[in-house]
Amino acid sequence: MQLKIQYYALMREQAGRSEEWLESSAVTPADLYGELIDRYGFTLAREQLKVAINSEFSDWSRRLCAGDAVVFIPPVAGG
Amino acid sequence: MRFRFTQSAIDTAQARRELLDAGAGGYVSFEGWVRDHNEGLEVTRLEYEAFQELAVKEGERIVADALRRFPVQHALCIHRLGTLAVSDMAVWVGVSSAHRGEAFDACRFIIDEVKHRVPIWKKEHYRGGDSGWVNCERCAAAPNHVHHDEPASLTTHE
Repeated sequence: MQLKIQYYALMREQAGRSEEWLESSAVTPADLYGELIDRYGFTLAREQLKVAINSEFSDWSRRLCAGDAVVFIPPVAGG
Repeated sequence: MRFRFTQSAIDTAQARRELLDAGAGGYVSFEGWVRDHNEGLEVTRLEYEAFQELAVKEGERIVADALRRFPVQHALCIHRLGTLAVSDMAVWVGVSSAHRGEAFDACRFIIDEVKHRVPIWKKEHYRGGDSGWVNCERCAAAPNHVHHDEPASLTTHE
């Protein structure tokens, strides 16, 4: 299925892009992050991240649906 | 909107006016400034970016939480994005209240929660040309690393 992935901060730099549509067989965001580590060599461990689907925080075990917009959220540093 | 982003300098005079209320006896504000050093390195500028759709929602939830927890009149948080120089203001929080105690508490709550929960990132640029994403790079190697808070400017008017 097609998923929209958006990248921010360190992950945007490591992926070399801000967003993309990807064909993926990942069932959950956790599976998807595993695929993306293989593709881009992200240095952040999944345990350091949060994940958002369609602009809302999500569990790592939620089932992805075609067309979902997924954002992996590195450790934040506002303020 | 009780939480918003700006790409230009934060207009604190305008922000303060949004908190005015005949029932308020004062207001407390916090300003977070860009510091010229972090963890032993000399910082020359910062770049802030945010996942804005979610950040605005989460910021609004934090201010709504503060208004539920503390008996204050109004609260507002504005965060700047883009490239900032040393001493520029990165974030402003203001709270007006009948009494000062709750205003201090609510202001502290909002800035602490914003720093922990809102998807905003900053990249520090150091003298000599190096740069790094705060909390993301050196911490990947040292996850228990302690971070220091930003300098604070606290003002009260009563």
